[in-house]
Amino acid sequence: MSTAVTQHVDEVKSTPWSGGRSPFNVEYGKMMMWFFLLSDAFTFSSLLISYGAIRFSAAAWPSPSLVFQSVPGTSIEHGAPLVFVGIMTFILIASSVTMVLAVEAGHRNAKKEVITWMLFTILGGLMFLSCQALEWNHLHSEGFWWGHIPNAETMKEFFKAGTPLSQQALSSHQFANLFFTITGFHGFHVFSGVVINIIITINVLLGTYQKRGSYLMIEKVGLYWHFVDLVWVFVFTFFYLV
Amino acid sequence: MSSEIKNVHAEGEHADHEGMTKKRILKIFYILTAITCVEFFIALVIARHYPGALWINPAYIVLTLLKAYFIVAFFMHLKFEKVGLALAIIVPILFIIGLILVLTNESHYWIGLRLQ
Repeated sequence: MSTAVTQHVDEVKSTPWSGGRSPFNVEYGKMMMWFFLLSDAFTFSSLLISYGAIRFSAAAWPSPSLVFQSVPGTSIEHGAPLVFVGIMTFILIASSVTMVLAVEAGHRNAKKEVITWMLFTILGGLMFLSCQALEWNHLHSEGFWWGHIPNAETMKEFFKAGTPLSQQALSSHQFANLFFTITGFHGFHVFSGVVINIIITINVLLGTYQKRGSYLMIEKVGLYWHFVDLVWVFVFTFFYLV
Repeated sequence: MSSEIKNVHAEGEHADHEGMTKKRILKIFYILTAITCVEFFIALVIARHYPGALWINPAYIVLTLLKAYFIVAFFMHLKFEKVGLALAIIVPILFIIGLILVLTNESHYWIGLRLQ
């Protein structure tokens, strides 16, 4: 009788939620990265939903296919909507892929492969940031900036013909502030991601994770990097497509 | 007890291996690229033939959410984690729907203010 009871108690204690091990079967740092990303998702969605509400209630709005129709850094100034941002999106998705490949190499403890894929990921991040710098510079040269809008002559090219100037001025201000704030906040995330990736790559080169016996840290920075890609998917849709 | 923990970890790592192989990673990459191409096709071709069509923006949003699913489920590996962890991340995200509803309602009110 007493042995049966003991066995029963042991059985209860071996469930995932009875303590002694992680019920989620993940390491602490990785779980905390998930919860950090959850909070970051709330920040980004607050920004994007505010943008949506302001745009939805605006009497006019600068048309994305007219604002973003040039390819900065080349001589193409008109008639190429979505081309430049298409390149940026492709770069970020590709760098996300090289990141998963680094994680996959980490599972096999293949140090050299991890380094190669991490370097490609860093390169992708830097290329994305350069493209964003070109894009910002282009909009700035047209007259857009926080609290600044182009002159009436330039501005009317971005609106449907016949939109009153007062409406153009109001919504251009709103567009400029929201565009630079939201893409800036995202760009800052990309920048921090690149810095973190560089630090982790140096650690891989020094053999820190080889000694530790696990490349779990690659997975954690990988989660952050994919999140940056995820946010861009939404920024891309709501600023460039809609 | 400690050997039991090690077993759990070993099994977990084994599952990771099966979760994302190189072949599978490339497949997800092709899917994401294809969805982006569909978005470009809608924006550059269809939207010009049917300007102002009401289904275009919902189509963008559905495609965006589809891309988000592939990134979170496969690249971020959430599909292969314990259900408890996946729920702990996804259920709070649903609160965002509340903010969308509230601010949509609010922006209707702003339009009303402007018309007065």
